[in-house]
Amino acid sequence: MNNELRIMQNIYYDNSATTKVDPKVLKAMLPYLENEFGNSGSVHSFGQRALAAVDEARDKVANFFGSEAQEIIFTSGATESNNLAIRGVVDNAIKGGQKVHIITSKIEHPAVLEVFKYLEKNNLVETDYVEVDENGVIKLDQLEKKIKENTVLVSIMYANNEVGSVQPIESVKKILKQVQNDRGEKGLPLYFHVDAVQAVNHLDCNVDMLGADLLSLSGHKIYGPKGIGALYVRKGVKLAPIVFGGHQEYNIRTGTLNVPGIVGLGVAIELVAKEKGPSKLKEKLVAELKNISDIKFNGDLENQLPNIINISFLNAEGESILMMLDMEGIAISTGSACSSGSLEPSHVLTAMGIKPQWSHGCIRISLGRFNSEAEVEPFITALKTTIEKLRKMAP
Amino acid sequence: MKYTKKLLEHFQSPHNQGKIKNADGVGEVGNIKCGDIMKLYLKVGKNKKGDDIIKDIKFETLGCAAAIGATSMLTDLAKGKTFDEALNISKDDIVKALGGVPPIKHHCSVLAQDALKKAIASYKTRNS
Repeated sequence: MNNELRIMQNIYYDNSATTKVDPKVLKAMLPYLENEFGNSGSVHSFGQRALAAVDEARDKVANFFGSEAQEIIFTSGATESNNLAIRGVVDNAIKGGQKVHIITSKIEHPAVLEVFKYLEKNNLVETDYVEVDENGVIKLDQLEKKIKENTVLVSIMYANNEVGSVQPIESVKKILKQVQNDRGEKGLPLYFHVDAVQAVNHLDCNVDMLGADLLSLSGHKIYGPKGIGALYVRKGVKLAPIVFGGHQEYNIRTGTLNVPGIVGLGVAIELVAKEKGPSKLKEKLVAELKNISDIKFNGDLENQLPNIINISFLNAEGESILMMLDMEGIAISTGSACSSGSLEPSHVLTAMGIKPQWSHGCIRISLGRFNSEAEVEPFITALKTTIEKLRKMAP
Repeated sequence: MKYTKKLLEHFQSPHNQGKIKNADGVGEVGNIKCGDIMKLYLKVGKNKKGDDIIKDIKFETLGCAAAIGATSMLTDLAKGKTFDEALNISKDDIVKALGGVPPIKHHCSVLAQDALKKAIASYKTRNS
């Protein structure tokens, strides 16, 4: 086909990977990349103006989570927030040489799972991984059984990044509360960490409602800039720092504050709070996708983030689907083995018990603020052509 | 991971893609790990010396862009060759002809070779 004659789409359906910075966010950030360049730790006016901007952003984030401003720690992103939450709790708990136990689920983001594996490998903790059902929801009875006398942390994501399954966070809260009650006020604390990265755009993130002691947030998933995130740390929760340096962020996360990023995060979260409910886009797409033969939706469409569709096509490989759509100017992602560095299918799909012939042809469509209804038809047309072409090539 | 322009051309418009009816040899292999499947069909003829040559070759692949690109390239390289010449096409030859393949995807080229080996073997079994 003549490349010059092809009509290129410009459809971005990979909003769970990252989002476009909202123009309002960018506008708010720009002064702090230009004349308001002060270090928020400086005593002079340049510094104090930067500090005022940081304080304002901190209030906005705290307001969103229903927390105190002092309970918000700015980080470089959700990976750091997750690392700080888990290692911070563990490092503090093992100070006296105690052997502690921590629990997470099999479908967490690598920024949680890899921290667990590191701690486990270095014999610093005992770990347990809760399984999920076929819809990618954790098995609560298993979680309850896995809690031991020396369990100090349970880390469960609010909503899964690949299949969008929403986890029963409030039920986890009840289980943990019961354990803490049994341990008594002076007993070993059992903290609850919630990775809320994918949930922030769509679900209620009030920390008291969730029962979260620690909660991770990322800027670039909510139309803010990359390189900024936050960790909510409930008052009284003891965390050891994992980065050493100055005295910033109550000595828990040292390093000069990323003032433009923090300002951007503040505006981004304010915009999320104002956003109206889920769009009809997903419904429309799902209805259209159902017209394609030999497909399977991964996860429960009823208990799923309103912006994620994870779908498998029999006899078409995920990375090939991605590449072919990319040539049309359409961006999606895949969890197929071929696309991973390890040649293993997505750990989430595997944990859900999805058979290899289905995970082989899986793609994730993740919608966002800047998608429109007008994109649905050209997307479906391109997808149908792609699937047809790939299936024709298959033995 | 980045694919070369050459590989993407083969992926977009694969050469020798399809089935051969009444093929003289067929080879099918699968990679259990990544889940890819490849099937090669051969039509065998003779050269002037009377040796068996690959007169026609076609493939079907359920796999990633690298798998499709590598098989397409292998069929180009093998067409018109004697069995010995075709079996001598190495993984590196395929990778080189594609202008490079990401290291993690080299096994896709190996898979294509294996399918060719099997197809030639199936012809030999049939005609022995």
